[in-house]
Amino acid sequence: MSTAVSASSSTKASTSSADNSWMTGNRRNVELVLLIFAGLIGLYAYANVDLALRGSLPVNLLAVIAVVTVLFGSAHIAVRIWAPDADPLLLPAATLLNLLGLAMIHRLDVAASIAAARNDSPQPSADVAAQLTWAGVAIVLFIGIILVVQDHRRLQRYTYTCMVAGVVLLLLPLVPGLGTTVNGANLWVRLGPLSFQPSELAKILLTIFFAGYLVVHRNSLALVHKKFLGIGFPRGRDLGPILVAWLLSLAILVFQRDLGTALMFFGLFVTLLYVATQRRSWLVIGAALFAFGALLGYLAFGHVRIRFEVWLDTWSYANDQGYQIAQSLFGLANGGLLGTGWGQGYPQMVPFAKTDFITAALGEELGVTGFMAIIVLYGIIIERGLRTALACRDPFGKLLAVGFSTVLALQVFVVIGGVTRLIPLTGLTTPFLSYGGSALVANWMMIALLLRISDRARKPLPAGAEYVKGAGA
Amino acid sequence: MNHAIRRMGVVILVLMLALLININVQQVLLAEQTRDRPGNQRTVLQEYSRERGPIMIGTDPVAKSVPSSGQYKFKREYTDGPQNVPATGFYSALYGATGIERTENGVLAGTGDMFLMSRIQQLITGRQAKGGAVQLTLNGQAQQAAYNGLGSSVGSVTAIEPSTGAILALASSPSFDPNKLASHNLSEVQKYYEKISADPNKPMLNRPLAQTIPPGSTFKLVTTAAALESGEYTPSSSLPGPASMRLPESDSRLPNWNGQACGSNNKVTLTEALAISCNTAFAYLGMELGNDALNAQAEKFGFGNSFAVPMQAATSRYPTGIDRAQQAMSAIGQFDVQATTMQMAQVGAAIGNGGVTMSPYLVKSVLGPDLQVMKTTAPNQYARALSNEHATQEMAMMVNVVNNGTGSNARIPGVAVGGKTGTAETGKGRPNIAWFVAVAPAVNPRVAVAVAIENAGGANEVSGNGLAAPIAREVIQAILQRSN
Repeated sequence: MSTAVSASSSTKASTSSADNSWMTGNRRNVELVLLIFAGLIGLYAYANVDLALRGSLPVNLLAVIAVVTVLFGSAHIAVRIWAPDADPLLLPAATLLNLLGLAMIHRLDVAASIAAARNDSPQPSADVAAQLTWAGVAIVLFIGIILVVQDHRRLQRYTYTCMVAGVVLLLLPLVPGLGTTVNGANLWVRLGPLSFQPSELAKILLTIFFAGYLVVHRNSLALVHKKFLGIGFPRGRDLGPILVAWLLSLAILVFQRDLGTALMFFGLFVTLLYVATQRRSWLVIGAALFAFGALLGYLAFGHVRIRFEVWLDTWSYANDQGYQIAQSLFGLANGGLLGTGWGQGYPQMVPFAKTDFITAALGEELGVTGFMAIIVLYGIIIERGLRTALACRDPFGKLLAVGFSTVLALQVFVVIGGVTRLIPLTGLTTPFLSYGGSALVANWMMIALLLRISDRARKPLPAGAEYVKGAGA
Repeated sequence: MNHAIRRMGVVILVLMLALLININVQQVLLAEQTRDRPGNQRTVLQEYSRERGPIMIGTDPVAKSVPSSGQYKFKREYTDGPQNVPATGFYSALYGATGIERTENGVLAGTGDMFLMSRIQQLITGRQAKGGAVQLTLNGQAQQAAYNGLGSSVGSVTAIEPSTGAILALASSPSFDPNKLASHNLSEVQKYYEKISADPNKPMLNRPLAQTIPPGSTFKLVTTAAALESGEYTPSSSLPGPASMRLPESDSRLPNWNGQACGSNNKVTLTEALAISCNTAFAYLGMELGNDALNAQAEKFGFGNSFAVPMQAATSRYPTGIDRAQQAMSAIGQFDVQATTMQMAQVGAAIGNGGVTMSPYLVKSVLGPDLQVMKTTAPNQYARALSNEHATQEMAMMVNVVNNGTGSNARIPGVAVGGKTGTAETGKGRPNIAWFVAVAPAVNPRVAVAVAIENAGGANEVSGNGLAAPIAREVIQAILQRSN
């Protein structure tokens, strides 16, 4: 990854303004071609589910084709008009993930509907309709951000507003009457018929806050007080921010019993602290605090301990606390190399197949081949985000892009690692795939902001402007 | 900052690689192991999504898969389930498979090696994968006669074709309904399974194959064979037959079942001793012949071997390392002699088959999904138990048992039936076992059958004739009828 990145930046440096048209018009066409490709894969999957399970094409296939075309087509057009220089891979990769998620949710809907018909129970409502509606909301907000946030640097003005809003959102589930407990974790807020996961929106706000805060304070945080084992350590009073972030994460763990979100926020902060200051000592301190926090969690909370034990010895717990993960592994094993094919496995046997365990469902029906493709798609989005950070000319934009990429990477690693028993299971939604509106909306907003930053980063410099190597670093 | 960003890129790359490697480990390397773990419902579901081939008696399917509207695409249905279950076994989503359903799973599921070509064909044509069929050696009428004959008693019946070893009837009572275990209503399946597991009469025990019990006086057939084979005795040899005898190195006395002497002057011929089931004469024979001769004779009939029919049958045993008193008891089928009804049917079959013991088998042929024969079981000679001449002599002695001795209830007009009664004591306060072993017709016999009724109460030798012989007769008639 790093070699590719440096190769590209050197190309960029040597490209004169005269022949940089390949970066603009053509790139949008690449995006369009990839987007059509993503659309075809997604719609094929959708049709394949019905063919396998019901023996006929879905009745609303044409309507779905129309909706998908309009939705992601307008996202493309918005980027073409208002962010013409933006990265061409982010939108198609996110679209393909979103469509695969919709297809799997539809597949599980059909399974639930068949099961209900068998048991003479009332037909469940189709979750895919709700999810498609949320995708619509997400794309509208996506276009809104492309349109409204002309310059990402303006977001820096709202550093502390974002902090307050982010922390309030994180605390919202604890307000009596608002918060609801889902699967033992208090991370949902219910307002009438709507429920959403505030931590998903908070991750964007807090990334903006961390970036804005660190841009201003990175010089003092980079000061070396003492050297130990060749690593410079900061002054004691500069430990304040990381301790606050740590305590906040612990609070999430304690009050919301949500290990995944706690880990994600702390990991994000430490990463940004390291990138902003370039001091490896922050990683060491962060790792030590994480280890200490994890130990505290292990000692203090039964649910953390159980998760850990289930991870080590899944099969002894296969019928109780380890049921989900055991079912997930059964599904993955059933999928094998090439998968059972859409509609031909038993992903409905895994609890929470539409949310936390959606990758297990996909792994079963698409096999390790399809699962690897999904992970590579995430890899592409993350790599494109980091590339945007490298190319970005201002430090705030750099941190923002690294932040979004890191959030995505941590979330993907924690949830897929948990589902596939690489690490202990922690509840987090799988970006773009999982059923759930707030997460989908938040992730599309992140993609919009990344596109915004990359548009500015890749825009040819105005004539006369001097290209400063390593600007903003 | 770019340096740090690139480093983070490397870290994230490592994390993604870890995910990629791990899913390959889970889905490819460990997949086989995970699939086979207990509690993996998918494996069963997968098997139920295929049309499993039928198990047939003749051309009638007695176990077949019928389309189901539920979670499983097919449901297993058994015709006369309780009657045929000792052969078919059951196929349950919850409790796995037994019997032919288990041993011939590769054929029935269509996953066996011999189905490679048809699997490739199915892959190309896209047709639903379908399993092959298993045709049993059972005779439908004989099977029904055996099961109905057992009625409400506790016991078992095995019938064998002497010339081949093909099992013609295999019945166990009380039995259970495999349909109730193949049901898709898993909670009812569990309830039923727990109920029959707790039943003290053990309906799930496959008695004819899996349960060894003392064969009682029917073991005298083995002792007689050993006597003839020794060359020291002929059917007309005279033996001592007092009303009772003191066992050597022991204070206990062995009486005859009716408390009478077996003949005038306490003397009796071998033929006569078998006909009236004279304990003292056979106990004397056992001590004279010695343990090695009896053991060797028993093994030639199949004792000491576990036959795969293809289900693995229990090993019938003749005790070794015993003293003379125990030899005397063993020679009349008491002490530690243990046999399945299948083993005792084999004894009758070998005598009828000119002295040759055949390996028993239950699968006549394997058929492809199109019901074309793919494999037919060839009869296998297991051992020569006695010479042709001695076999003919012993057969005549058995006919004499039915015509003039204790086995009168096995008589069939116009058919020479050979037989032997038996009553086995299983211990103080426990019910005796009534036995009957029969072979018919005497020349070129078509069937050998062994019947054991376990809850025969305080029965004596008469009960082998009274309880077990009529069942044997019904089975023989069912077999002989078919040809007429």
